[in-house]
Amino acid sequence: MNRNSNVYTIIYASVMVVAVAVVLAFTSESLKSFQKENAENDKRQQILRSINVRVSAQEAKAKYSELITDAFLINEQGERTEGDAFAEDVVKAFARKVYPVFVADIDGQTKYVMALAGSGLWGPLWGYISVNDDCNTVFGADFGHASETPGLGAEIAAAPFSNRFIGKHLFAGETFKSVAIVKPGNSAEGQDYVDGISGGTITSQKVGLMLFDSLKEYTKFLTSQNK
Amino acid sequence: MGLSNKNKAILAGPLSKNNPIVVQMLGICSALAVTSKLEPAIVMAISVTVVMAFANVIISLLRNTIPNRIRIIVQLVVVAALVTIVGEVLKAFAYDVNKQLSVFVGLIITNCILMGRLEAFALANGPWASFLDGIGNGLGYGLILVIVGFVRELFGFGTLLGHQVVPEIFYKWGYVNNGLMILPPMALIIVAAVIWIHRSRNKDLQEK
Repeated sequence: MNRNSNVYTIIYASVMVVAVAVVLAFTSESLKSFQKENAENDKRQQILRSINVRVSAQEAKAKYSELITDAFLINEQGERTEGDAFAEDVVKAFARKVYPVFVADIDGQTKYVMALAGSGLWGPLWGYISVNDDCNTVFGADFGHASETPGLGAEIAAAPFSNRFIGKHLFAGETFKSVAIVKPGNSAEGQDYVDGISGGTITSQKVGLMLFDSLKEYTKFLTSQNK
Repeated sequence: MGLSNKNKAILAGPLSKNNPIVVQMLGICSALAVTSKLEPAIVMAISVTVVMAFANVIISLLRNTIPNRIRIIVQLVVVAALVTIVGEVLKAFAYDVNKQLSVFVGLIITNCILMGRLEAFALANGPWASFLDGIGNGLGYGLILVIVGFVRELFGFGTLLGHQVVPEIFYKWGYVNNGLMILPPMALIIVAAVIWIHRSRNKDLQEK
């Protein structure tokens, strides 16, 4: 058979493409359940870290169902709406103006966990932040990033940074202010603040922006819980 | 089963005298990107070795059927399919590492070592020799990655595989981690240092 004929080349290419497609489809289907579970456990770990609970991926499911008592979506008015808060992708949820809330019960005290999403210096940022039942005092926070600079901006994902938020207040009086992130040594007027990362100024600022933008959508929910 | 001398040379050559990174200068880009810590460097080394070995075998088996005009396309499809499978497997069984490697797994496709070995070796040799060539080049690539990752993690973070190895007391005495080590340019400098040492030990590789 002439290996350089057009017919041979076209048949060869077609058979190859179909064969590869079958192999890839089979791999993807057979690994899907493992991948989904990994992604879910990763999300559970993030939510748990925001209420200061650090567990391995294997323990995440059990710990999550033990501590998280309720999960729901709210709309812009702070009212509950239809939908699965855990399964919904945070960015997609924000885009259609619904916002996930997770309710945790820690030693009899209620904590509200809210989702955060924004963009960093090089790629997306995300995170979860929890508040006490006064809906004002931060109980814990956790941040993640896709591609911030290792050792600099990427440090936002480490506990020393997220722990700085504990005990800060989201409201000054009745007004929503968020928590500012400032250069170490500086302060912010009229609101609570934490130190940013040295050498990660832009990423730190973007975290501040993400906090403000994401949490302002929760304002109505937070104030209605207060009353 | 013993290896013939020729096959031994195919397997061992890329570890030193014919190393893909320090001698053939292939695959430098990924060597910079994934070596700020040791663990991703090791995973990347294993992934590239697996992809290269299987791609070499598949292309070698097909070498008498591949139409000459579309041989690069065929090579790319085989490599891309294997890389996709490796990526999916990592996502299923090594989720944390997959998050760290993120785009670099996909970029194995464009790793010049792969196309280089497929064109230069697998198209002209049998499957067993091609398999050894793939393993040899993968390990030669991985060796440099591990050396660079070791140096960068040790001096950049004071840790190895995430465990603290620089004693706390050093920090009390005024030792600080070298933040420069974490940035990509230091990988180039370490690779250059490796090349320097390698050439000074192998005088026959030095250009006149």
